[in-house]
Amino acid sequence: MKILVTVKEVAAVDDEFEIDGLAIDDRYVTADLNEWDEYAVEEAVQIKEAHDDVEVVTVTIGPSETDETIRQALAKGADRAIRVWDDALEDAGLLDPETKAEVLAAVAAEEDPDLVLTGVQSADDGFGATGVTLADKLGMEWGAVVNDLDLDLEGGVASVHRELEGGVEELTDIEIPAVLTIQTGINDPRYASLRGIRQAQSKELAEYGLSDVGLDASEIESPLEQTSLYEPETEGEATVFEGSPEETAAELAELLAEKGVTS
Amino acid sequence: MSVLAIAEHRRGELRPVSIEQLAAGRDLADELGGELHTAVIGGDVEAFGADLNREGVDTVHTVDIGEEFNHDVYTQVVTQLATELDPTVLLMPNSVNGLDYAPAVANRLDRPLVTDVVDIDAEDGLTATRELYGSKTETTIDVHAEQAAVTIRPAEWPTIETDGDAAIEAFDATVDESAVKSTVKGFEEVGGGDIDITDADVLVSVGRGIEEEENLDIIHDLAEALDATVSGSRPLIDNGWLEKDRQVGQSGKVVTPDVYIAIGISGAVQHVAGMKGSDTIVAINTDPNAPIFDIADYGIQDDLFEVVPALTEQFQ
Ligand SMILES: Cc1cc2nc3c(=O)[nH]c(=O)nc-3n(C[C@H](O)[C@H](O)[C@H](O)COP(=O)(O)OP(=O)(O)OC[C@H]3O[C@@H](n4cnc5c(N)ncnc54)[C@H](O)[C@@H]3O)c2cc1C
Repeated sequence: MKILVTVKEVAAVDDEFEIDGLAIDDRYVTADLNEWDEYAVEEAVQIKEAHDDVEVVTVTIGPSETDETIRQALAKGADRAIRVWDDALEDAGLLDPETKAEVLAAVAAEEDPDLVLTGVQSADDGFGATGVTLADKLGMEWGAVVNDLDLDLEGGVASVHRELEGGVEELTDIEIPAVLTIQTGINDPRYASLRGIRQAQSKELAEYGLSDVGLDASEIESPLEQTSLYEPETEGEATVFEGSPEETAAELAELLAEKGVTS
Repeated sequence: MSVLAIAEHRRGELRPVSIEQLAAGRDLADELGGELHTAVIGGDVEAFGADLNREGVDTVHTVDIGEEFNHDVYTQVVTQLATELDPTVLLMPNSVNGLDYAPAVANRLDRPLVTDVVDIDAEDGLTATRELYGSKTETTIDVHAEQAAVTIRPAEWPTIETDGDAAIEAFDATVDESAVKSTVKGFEEVGGGDIDITDADVLVSVGRGIEEEENLDIIHDLAEALDATVSGSRPLIDNGWLEKDRQVGQSGKVVTPDVYIAIGISGAVQHVAGMKGSDTIVAINTDPNAPIFDIADYGIQDDLFEVVPALTEQFQ
């Protein structure tokens, strides 16, 4: 059995930052593995550990600078990685869920996985739609926002909990092959061991261009164009207490006392 | 040049976003010079249909198939509705269920999809506003297509209270059962612990800024000094540092205490959904740009590890 996990490097922005055109100035950005993808990788690795003959392959859309982040997934137990990038993707501007799914679907068609795990959303652009778009492109079944997974490989069914709003979960049986978008909290992602980190260095990280996966640049033209990036005007009218921690704490204590909060 | 908004319901109730979408949809329809349609699929479609008949709606389509949400059914039905009505903009909720069918529908209709939209206008082509990097920035997106699919962030548009005089029409959809590959078995309520954070007058709520489980001691000390209850943002619950029923937010509890003290919580939209109704909101956060300050009444922009012990001391 093969599990394909989509992983993405996301940008975390510092507390103070400057915007440079349509992006945050590089100086204020740190790269990290997308939080939701970490849980997806862990889930795949746990399935691998529980069954014989499971291969976990990660797939990423991104430039070579993301290799270090991808190796985190290899260090945590994925078997090999695929990364797709070329000039056409670089020039495509905003990669919308459809465009991303098109590329991922081309890789999935090649790899023919039994299960695809993605994160619910990515922490930076937060579209939350790539996994389900991918499923539909592949003609696979799917489930979005999965926070519990019980695989019955013989029966060909994934019994999942989908986390709805308001502390309610939906219990659903999904035929596999399927794409599941994984929610945080489904498991407890491991730290990479030193041994894992060493091993990751020698694991395969294949680099493909669009033509290698059977696509040409015209197929990845995004219909969405980002036209601005700005800091939203704060609607907030918060009274901000100024001073040393002792001073601000004293002011807050006084306020709380006024509001009737006492020990 | 019309707009079609797909309603959402669960366990016998329309969800509020179904009505909020109508406000967004009416504005868009006005800009496009067209009609606003809305549709409801499954459940008590008669009652839902009547409820969706609000001011500004031209037609309510009821589709009497199934009881609860099933994404395979919704995907097929919404695709048929959109093919038949051919709306310029197809609106769906940016809810957990919305995200479970909207991408598939957009893919089948070959329409671009813009999700989690907080503002949208159709004056000069379609332009959507979204947030990036956890609400620290906003971005505008031009949609270069004649027709689009859009998911609307809950609680961003007003609800329409006034009744309307829409036509209510039954829509006959055909569902290919062989393409229904998922079965909803039921629902489960999460939690059931001893404490009820929705009952508390004062919540000391802690987020990822606390860094380590051991550091929670200072939060518990403060809560004790204030005779308050401890709640938290999702990462703490995911890590197992707090019980599940202490989670505030979209997938946790909605709380409305007299005082909500958010400590080391950024104020992600899913968190805010659970606490914005609190009477007085206090935020303690090192990041002056943290979105929590947008909804806070009082703030301290400083290190929680210094402020929290100092605050506890004030009450001892
Ligand atoms: C479908 C879905 C449902 C979700 N449901 C929920 C939900 O119900 N509830 C929920 O909370 N989240 C929910 N989330 C997750 C949500 O998107 C955020 O990831 C989460 O709320 C972030 O929690 P946080 O603010 O504690 O952490 P972060 O966003 O990491 O923020 C930590 C904050 O701490 C501050 N900080 C760091 N160090 C210090 C210090 N020393 N002193 C003071 N401040 C400091 C930082 O400046 C930052 O603002 C959901 C997400 C999805 C996709």
